[in-house]
Amino acid sequence: MTVGARGGWGFVLSLRGGKLAGLVLVGTAVAVSTVLFQTLTENRILTPAVMGFDALYVAIQTAVVFALGAQGAAAIDPRLRFAGEAVLLAAAALGLFRWLFDGRRGFHLVVLAGLVFGILCRGLANLLQRILDPNEFSVLQSLLFTRFNVVDTALLPVAAVAILAAGALALRLAPTLDALALGRDTAINLGIDHRRMVTILILLVAVLVSVSTALVGPVLFFGLLVSNLAYLAIGTERHLHTLPAATLIAIACLAGGQTVLERLLGYDAALSVVIEFAGGIVFILLLLRGTRT
Amino acid sequence: MATPTPSVAPTCRERLTPAFALACLGLLALGVASVLIGVGDMSIAALAGGEAQGHAQLLLLASRVPRTLALLFAGLSMGVCAALMQMLFRNRFVEPTTAGTAEAASLGLLTATLLAPGLPVIGKMAVAAVFALAGTVLFLKIIDRIALRGAVIVPLVGLMLGGIINALTTFLAYRADLLQSLAAWTTGDFSGVLRGRYELLWLNVALAALAYGAADRFTVAGLGDAFARNLGLDYRRIMALGLAIVALATATCIATAGTVPFLGLLVANVVALVMGDNLRRTLPWIALSGAAFLLACDIIGRLIRFPYEIPVGTVAGVVGSAVFLYLLLGRRYRLG
Repeated sequence: MTVGARGGWGFVLSLRGGKLAGLVLVGTAVAVSTVLFQTLTENRILTPAVMGFDALYVAIQTAVVFALGAQGAAAIDPRLRFAGEAVLLAAAALGLFRWLFDGRRGFHLVVLAGLVFGILCRGLANLLQRILDPNEFSVLQSLLFTRFNVVDTALLPVAAVAILAAGALALRLAPTLDALALGRDTAINLGIDHRRMVTILILLVAVLVSVSTALVGPVLFFGLLVSNLAYLAIGTERHLHTLPAATLIAIACLAGGQTVLERLLGYDAALSVVIEFAGGIVFILLLLRGTRT
Repeated sequence: MATPTPSVAPTCRERLTPAFALACLGLLALGVASVLIGVGDMSIAALAGGEAQGHAQLLLLASRVPRTLALLFAGLSMGVCAALMQMLFRNRFVEPTTAGTAEAASLGLLTATLLAPGLPVIGKMAVAAVFALAGTVLFLKIIDRIALRGAVIVPLVGLMLGGIINALTTFLAYRADLLQSLAAWTTGDFSGVLRGRYELLWLNVALAALAYGAADRFTVAGLGDAFARNLGLDYRRIMALGLAIVALATATCIATAGTVPFLGLLVANVVALVMGDNLRRTLPWIALSGAAFLLACDIIGRLIRFPYEIPVGTVAGVVGSAVFLYLLLGRRYRLG
């Protein structure tokens, strides 16, 4: 936050403080949602982003604007709109999850379906945006890309509250999550209400994904990178350790990566591209290794 | 070549079935519709005579007809490429956009633009074709390393490889401030096609004809390496031919107007569902369906928000992904 600062400290701190706060929140949201999701689905390649939740959120955002009209959407308080979109995402995510993960489909099939679903959502959002406003399409299109550089500060307080609450809940549920990670049948044997836990986890994931996507846009492979690095670094699978570890790694990656790219190399908006590149390679390596917890 | 494969080519009468003739008429109708739809004033009356005749004729010959032809050729070549790749990789879901070929071609175009900006379009297309070939060979090598080749993991790896190459291309474009050009190459957009800018696509017609000529050999190759060799087929040569056709055709499409994701996959799978896997029978139908589908999507894109145009890549991409999802998850397919 302080490297290379010029100008009055009041301005710098508030500008960069906002950016940093945004990055911290996004890192936490992505890390926690990914670890939760991977426990839920019992594998390390699937993340909410791979399943297309980010893209679904963007599609919902665009659909809301499409339904209400540009003026109508702008008239609503952004925090209220955000809450509405998060609710819609939660409902859609629940339905999607129940449909896809009914246990009868192969693991690779679910991953591929998730990827294609994400492509479909992105295409739909694209289409709706072009229909909405063919002239200003390029302005709207910034919604579709991850921008770590510009964080929407109006939503920061709401986002902070949501993420802290979700994170606290996740930590409190850590022992239950450990049991859940042993597999569906084992967990039920141990007395866990599997269906209820699944619902709670999906809702948590949906809220976290909404927050991170609303703040910086869709992030495809960041969660995958972060969670697998955390598993590597920590060694155990206990959520009490992996959740904080993943969060810290995420924050370090985002803040550190952004600093390195911006200051040392002078590339401002390239962090998302670098992450996508690294994440894709990790994804293929994981696929080839055939990981399955 | 060793002993030729036994002749299963249909007789002339079989080839020109009434259904196919009807389908051709349908395509012709679509083509006429495409020529007539547009923002400029070009009614039949204006074409016949009167003061607007010169303008209308120019519009017809320089914009409408080339655009329609470009759509036809691009659509048919995408379908043919997908059919070829499905045979060569023995997987139902492989096509240029799920194997890294299209993304590699974009990278090639970008590299050519960066390193040799003065190169004519043909030169850039050649570079793109080389990159596309390299990308596909890389995909092949990665696939060979997978122990358990299920039906689904192959396109999964292909999509990922495409994503990685895409990230690299985006980064390079960002550095060179060519992001807008990159966007033009990656989204299929035929609105800028004019006489003098689409002629490369005639090459695709020639390539498709070549593929049709060798259709029997590709069908046999689709039975697997060992089986094909048993039947006397030079497997490696056919593989090389197929990959070369696909790389060249994809590079041409991308250089002219960008690519449309999942179009070939959709078309090839639907036709294969109905007619089976004998390429000599199905390839004309696949070409026809590809052309018709692309044309229809473009017409829709022109009409949704007239007079604005929505790129055909956006419209067809949505339809293509939806159908792909249905193929993956629908009731008929219980894939592992």
